[in-house]
Formats: sequence, structure tokens, C-alpha cells
Amino acid sequence: MSDLTKLTAAELAASLASGEVSSVEATEAHLERIRAVDGDVHAFLHVNDAAIDVARGIDERRGAGEQLPELAGVPLAIKDVLVTTDMPSTSGSKILEGYMSPYDATVVRKAREAGLVALGKTNMDEFAMGSSTEHSAYGPTRNPWDLDRIPGGSGGGSAAAVAAFEAPLALGSDTGGSIRQPAHVTGTVGVKPTYGAVSRYGSIALASSLDQIGPVARTVLDAGLLHDVIGGHDPHDATSLAHDWPSFAAAAREGATGEVLKGLRVGVVRELTGTGFQASVEESFRASVALLEAHGAEVVEISAPHFEYATAAYYLILPAEASSNLAKFDSVRFGMRVEVPGGTVEDVMSATRDAGFGPEVKRRIILGTYALSAGYYDAYYGSAQKVRTLIQRDFADAFDKVDVIATPSAPTTAFRLGEKLDDPLAMYANDLATIPANLAGVPGISVPSGLASDDGLPVGIQFLAPAYEDARLYRVSAALEALLVDEWGAPLLDRAPVLNGEAR
Amino acid sequence: MSDITPDLVRHLGVLARIQLSDEEVTSLTGELDAIVASIAQVSEVATSDVPATSHPIPLENVFREDIPGDMLTTDEALRNAPDSDGTRFRVTAILGEEQ
Repeated sequence: MSDLTKLTAAELAASLASGEVSSVEATEAHLERIRAVDGDVHAFLHVNDAAIDVARGIDERRGAGEQLPELAGVPLAIKDVLVTTDMPSTSGSKILEGYMSPYDATVVRKAREAGLVALGKTNMDEFAMGSSTEHSAYGPTRNPWDLDRIPGGSGGGSAAAVAAFEAPLALGSDTGGSIRQPAHVTGTVGVKPTYGAVSRYGSIALASSLDQIGPVARTVLDAGLLHDVIGGHDPHDATSLAHDWPSFAAAAREGATGEVLKGLRVGVVRELTGTGFQASVEESFRASVALLEAHGAEVVEISAPHFEYATAAYYLILPAEASSNLAKFDSVRFGMRVEVPGGTVEDVMSATRDAGFGPEVKRRIILGTYALSAGYYDAYYGSAQKVRTLIQRDFADAFDKVDVIATPSAPTTAFRLGEKLDDPLAMYANDLATIPANLAGVPGISVPSGLASDDGLPVGIQFLAPAYEDARLYRVSAALEALLVDEWGAPLLDRAPVLNGEAR
Repeated sequence: MSDITPDLVRHLGVLARIQLSDEEVTSLTGELDAIVASIAQVSEVATSDVPATSHPIPLENVFREDIPGDMLTTDEALRNAPDSDGTRFRVTAILGEEQ
């Protein structure tokens, strides 16, 4: 039954609903796949021992004639940034090794209520700080397209799990591109919803004015199905939006007809092309834009003059907020504690935080502490917040002229493990196309646009829409996805190398 | 060049409660210097007429009725504690000898 892992979540859901396949069979197939390939890929930090029991419970309810939600019985991988009561939650950090949360994150609770079967927790850069998963305290995840390359980050585990057919769906978090950039380098689909559209309650906070939870999948429709489950207002999250969201699965289904492209105004950002972008990435991007144009879209060049300051502003705002959020790791209430003979609480705390945090986390905490210090606050943090206003204005001006903005999702294809690990600024540059959406709170999606002509690795195209217009992203990307899959003759991931699961 | 010195990094470590080793101070000094030089460009466009944005979507403060809810039991609260006496978190001395 190993081909069950090749089904999309929508196909699997249909087979489950018709009784053709049981959730136990579907879950066992994915656990078998994890056993076969995860020694190489290392997408998972923890595999759920109880998954089969949960699946059996779904089968019994369905067998008893209960009407279940569409995704009931479909397996789900969960990024380790989200807390779970039945599995450890570490956020990729040693300081939280073995931490068992007393409550479930809201999105996890909603997924369980919808009958999704939690397969396990996926690897990530420590506290979601990174673009490669190499900053995980538990070792990197590898890209299923080339095991010597990075799967993106911070959500490389969720993207790799989906790309390697270890799970049909996964949950991710996106603070500066941590859902979209891994989607780009693994040939998968990732969505960062509008800020506040999905609850962050139970997401171990990185930068609270930027963090957003979203779906990771192999198709636009599957992402929409999962988004429908996890979205909506949550009284436990004070930044959660009270808004009447449409069905994103319905938007994806409607978009696949291609009607949406007729007269659609697509903006291409002058500042996000050329220098800094791998030629083959830009080539793939241009080909997708031309395809949209050939099917009725109007392509408009737009300018976003302040996007070039986005990465700089982001690396002030994020460390500032992270240094505050990570103050909770004090060695008293939870997490690691290092023994310091005769030491005070403060000595123990300082020794613990030195031992428990990895180099990138320390770098950002120290940077954030600096940016927030008296004398520097106005010049750095204050200025960065002003840049945020300017970037919002750039988006507002752009969306006066166009319906969606299209960009390459990231400047390069997957780079080799270790290549940028010792150069923080080179690592930070990976997020230059994804960061503006987080600073402005607008939704973004990355969908595969093809394979790069030079290295044969996946490339993603990013669409951005105004805040609250997440459904527009699903319509437009489903339309492009349908055209591209038609052109390719099969989904992009069919061309990924076979993982044989043998020791490397 | 920014003003990042080893002494400043050591001081930031104290503020952030991270006991940095000498090697960490040395590497962080160089790295922060490069990072700060790169991100300082924000001040080029952050002129006084531009208002600051703290949150991307304008939000109002959220209140709820002041009634107890969503509480953890003592056991749940202590379950992840590095040390406790069963009812409270246990820590080492709050004050050092010199205090």
C-alpha cells in the first residue's frame, strides 16, 4: 500500500470517505515511509507512537456512520514550534529537550478535532532562526531532491516531510519566509496567511509582530483544505482577527479552472529582479509570468522602492522581539538547568542559557539586546519600525495598480549544507523576497514554477495579495499550478530522485 | 565601522543573561560588527516625518471578563520544572554573598 503516500491529501480524503482506504492503512503507509527514508532526510524529531491508535479511532467513528470533516483520517506532520500534549515540543532547541506541554496549540487542537492524525514533530532551525535547518540543535534536515543540500528553513522539516512523501500535509510557521522559502527549495506549496488569520496560541514565539502559522502541502488545494481547518478567530490569541474567512479549498478549486487569470493584474517588482537572483531562478519565474500572461493576465511592472531596506529592518525587529520572547527560558519553570555549585539563580540562568542556546540564537539575542539598549533604540529599532511603514506604503501603492504581486520566492535554489553556515549575512539574504510580506502583514504563497535550467533543482514563484485577500492567492496559484502541471505532464515532485532509504 | 567592542558584547551578555565564553565574545564581536554595519542602512530612509509601525494590522486591545479560566493544576505547572518541592519551583540562592 506504499502508493498511499503518493496521493494528495484531497485524494486520500476522498478514498477515506468512500471507505476504499482506512485511516489505519493510510497512517501505516506514511509511518512505513518515514521508517524507510527519514534516516536520510531527518525531517522528523519525533514520531508519534499513538498515530495508529488515533487512526483506528477515526476508522471506528466513520464505520459507525458518523459524518466526519473532509480531512478526517489524513496524516499530518507538525512543526516542532507548535506545542503538543502527547509529544515533546522543543522548537529545535536543546534548552527545551523533552519539554511536554500541558496544552495543545490551537491549530493542533483544531487539526485533531478535524480528525487529522498527528504523525510526529518536524525539525526546524532553533526557535525558527535560520533558512536551512542547519541551526537545529538536533542536526540538519536534508533536501529530498539532493541529500547534500538544505531543505530551506526554518521549516525545512515540514517541507521535506511533504516533499519526501512522509506526510501529505504539515503545519509550519513563517516569520520571515520559514514556510515559503522551504516550499521554494523543495518543490512544494507553502502559505503564510494574513497576520492574525491563524491563531498563534501555543506557537513558541519568535517575533510576535511577524510570526504566522500556515499550511505546508504538495498542492494548492491541499494547502487550502488545511488552511480551512486551522484558520479563524481564537480568543486565546489577542492578535487573532475576527473576520469571516471564505473557504480556501473552494478558492483553490475555483482557481484551477483558470477563469481568474482573465484580466488579472499581476505586478512584477522591479526591485526583486536581476542582481542577487540566480539567473535560472529568474528564468523560471519569467516563464511562469509569461504563462499567466498567455492565459489572460495583464503583467504590470511596479516599483517598491523600500523593499531593499526590508531585510535590514527585519534583522532589527526580529532580534529585538526574540530577545524579549526568549527571556522566558530562565532555568526555573521549564527547560534545561545547568548546575553551578554555590551559584545564585542568576549564575544558573546565565550558565544555562549559554549551554542551552545555539550560536545563531545567541547572536540574535545579543543583537536584539543591543538594538533595544538605551541610546540605540531610536536609531535602530525605531528606524526599523519606520521602514515598516514605508514598506506598507509600497504595498498599498502597488495594490492600487495590481491584484497580486509575483516574485521569485527566494534568490537561489537549494544551496549545499554548510555553504552559508559561517556567514550570517549570506544566510539572511535568502529571505529578501519573503520578508516584506511579514513586515506588512500581507499573505503570501510559494508554488513550484519548475526546475532550474542549470542545476535541476526546484524553483518557487511567490504571490502576494493585500491583507485579508488570502483566497485570491489560492485562486491565482491554483490556476498557475494547473497550467504548469498540464505543461509538465505530471506534478513536479514526480521528477524528484527516488529515495532508497539505504544508508548513505 | 560600528562601535561593537568585546566589552560591549560581554555587557550585552550580562544584560541578556548569557554567560559568554571569551571565544564567543571574540566571534560575536566580529559578526555583530558586520551585521550592524549592514542593518544601519535603515536610518537612511527613516526620516522624522515617517510614523513608526509596531504591528502590521491595526489592532485594539483585547479584554475578557475577569473570571478565572484556562488554569493549570499545580502538578501541570511543575511537570516541566527542573526542580521543585512538589508545590513550588525550587531555585538556588537569590542573592550572592556580596549582596
